[in-house]
Amino acid sequence: MGSLDYFLFVAFPYIAIAVFLVGTIYRYNQKGYKVTSLSAQFLENRRGFWGTVPFHWGILMVALGHLVAFLFPKLVLSWNSDPARLIMHEGLGFTFAVAVFVGLAALIIRRLTNERLQQVTTRMDLFIEFFLLLQVVLGCWIALGYRWGSSWFAADLSPYLWSLVKLNPQTDAVIAMPLVIKSHIVCAFSILFVFPFTRLVHLLVAPLHYIMRPYQVVIWYWDRKKIRDAGTPWSEARPRNN
Amino acid sequence: MDIRSQISMIFHLDKCIGCHTCSIACKNIWTDRKGVEYQWWNNVETKPGTGYPSKWEDQDIYKGGWEKSGSSIKLKGAGKVKGLGNIFHNPHMPVIDDYYEPFTYKYLDLIESPAGDDQPTARPVSLITGKPIDIKSGPNWDDDLSGTPDYARKDPNLVNLSPAEQEAMFQLEKMAFFYLPRICNHCLNPGCVASCPSGALYKRGEDGIVLVNQDVCRGWRMCVTACPYKKTYYNWHTGKSEKCILCFPRIEAGLAPACMHSCVGRIRYLGVVLYDADRIEEVASSDDKDLVQNHLDLILDPHDPAIIKAAKENGIPDSTIRSAQASPTYKFVKDWGLALPLHAEFRTLPMLFYVPPLLPVMASLGKSDPAQLDKMGPVVKQWNDDWLYDTSTDDIFGTLDNARFPIEYMASLFSAGDTEMVKARIQKLMAVRIHRRHVTVGDISAEKSAEALKQAGLTAKMADDIYYLTSLAKFDDRFVIPASHREQAIEMMEFTGDKKGSAGFGFKEGTAQRGL
Repeated sequence: MGSLDYFLFVAFPYIAIAVFLVGTIYRYNQKGYKVTSLSAQFLENRRGFWGTVPFHWGILMVALGHLVAFLFPKLVLSWNSDPARLIMHEGLGFTFAVAVFVGLAALIIRRLTNERLQQVTTRMDLFIEFFLLLQVVLGCWIALGYRWGSSWFAADLSPYLWSLVKLNPQTDAVIAMPLVIKSHIVCAFSILFVFPFTRLVHLLVAPLHYIMRPYQVVIWYWDRKKIRDAGTPWSEARPRNN
Repeated sequence: MDIRSQISMIFHLDKCIGCHTCSIACKNIWTDRKGVEYQWWNNVETKPGTGYPSKWEDQDIYKGGWEKSGSSIKLKGAGKVKGLGNIFHNPHMPVIDDYYEPFTYKYLDLIESPAGDDQPTARPVSLITGKPIDIKSGPNWDDDLSGTPDYARKDPNLVNLSPAEQEAMFQLEKMAFFYLPRICNHCLNPGCVASCPSGALYKRGEDGIVLVNQDVCRGWRMCVTACPYKKTYYNWHTGKSEKCILCFPRIEAGLAPACMHSCVGRIRYLGVVLYDADRIEEVASSDDKDLVQNHLDLILDPHDPAIIKAAKENGIPDSTIRSAQASPTYKFVKDWGLALPLHAEFRTLPMLFYVPPLLPVMASLGKSDPAQLDKMGPVVKQWNDDWLYDTSTDDIFGTLDNARFPIEYMASLFSAGDTEMVKARIQKLMAVRIHRRHVTVGDISAEKSAEALKQAGLTAKMADDIYYLTSLAKFDDRFVIPASHREQAIEMMEFTGDKKGSAGFGFKEGTAQRGL
């Protein structure tokens, strides 16, 4: 194993994960106010719809597909054992990948051509959009040129990822992969690496707790009954830092 | 029974002169920042008109507020299923062009332009892009433009009026309009709070003020859709929602909110009311015909010993109960039955009540010009004396049914379409005038004055009280602000010594840089 391969497929993934963890926790704690994706729908609505909807649903499904193949490789392999199901699976995945590509391209064009949007665009926004576009193009290329990705991902790459998790990296399968696939893997860890410094952080605060919450939120500054009761012990109502 | 107190407002529309001093006071304090230039937490609209943002009352467009769903209610355009399903793109959200693109002028060009043949001009530039723009719309663009095709005729409240009535409203000779100042209603059943996926919006338990926690807000923008009054706004620069905070730092210090304090016409009143929080859902789910009355009935009598006892048991301080007893809101809404909520049919239970305007309804031309008579049609009352108010007929309130300004229009705004409710309020306003005319001028007989009061359901004492609070009231009569008891709250939350020498409240972090 060359030292470059060792860096890209052993050291770099660990560095990326470490930066991701430390970076997101730091950002949430120190700059929690900015953990959002600055929505531009208010400034440009119509074109945004054709970009943001296919992009988000597409990337959600594609990411979910990768996650399932990583977590349950045997399940994916047995599903793919039937050719009809394999083609359906791959076709569906590719459709979502194309949706990501189309949506992302539309978003980039919108961001570059709309004057109002340029006011709320940072260099990092453009960097991450182009980087994601590169990653999607690589993904589509792999899906078309190196069939059938869902099967060999489950068979070869899932064990590699698990070996990283188990702190016992096994890179033989990865190093033997074609350059396009290697690039896709390195790009994936790079996205993880820059994640805390981009607008992507908003996906970590997806408001799923809304489902469990009662609709109305009422906040009391103090326990109104307790504070007016002379019998409340001082230890309960005492100033926190006194 | 879960008795809570709520800060509640009265806007007396008969007194509003449409000067926009309230809007400017608010703008200068709260929204004079990048990203919120277009936001008017307080705005004053000309009615009939489309308002701000354009056609905000038309919930077929914006899907704000609640709608009946079986025996309960559900959010019309947001909520757990619709809100999360549309989280990537909110289909019903108003965009900047529904308000207006904020602008300024390049004034420096007037001074620094090189000498030339042409007079230098200050070109308008967008406050978003900084580039020159052609101004399409601006704050109060429709001010005083009632009757125009672009604004008044597109008023969503006109759908209940027949074409003949609409035409009659917009004939030049009979043109009428009034002003509708609007702030956040600080609703009991707020759509914005219910729609927030992050849980950033909340209602303060102590006084019912609805606020956005800027640190929790992630900019999902559902509140902008869910508020039927369009009083939550998206800050395009920080990516967070902002709204009227009822000047809570002032209220906590015992001061009136800036818009109310600065009001030139003194149309604004503020006080607390007590209500039963257990009944909110039941009242908000009422049938259409009972909705407004149930809404008014939700407010409890602060003089009732049983209510006082229950309020005390629920931890409401004596000072708040005393404020509730002196509350001008309670007097206008409950004692006198003069005020109504705006668009109660949105089912958010707004806690800002309006005294409907009398003048546009009753005012009429003086001596009729025979040449004009034919143009006017049957809608307008015509008479041959030069009384401004028709108090001369035997039928005291006869003018109401063929009023200059259709009662149906007022009912669409203030009573979910119930004309009798609006009529009762306007009768009372008129009876007070007849009574005071009898007292001060004396050309109206005592019998007639007494008959007017009786028909309107008032006593002479009530009429004098209404007159006092409407016309003579001092600052402390108009604003009965309960003590916030922050001395107790702050002891529980923090040691005040820690705050010495610090920035106080808020954060000093810049908001402009995002990402790297």
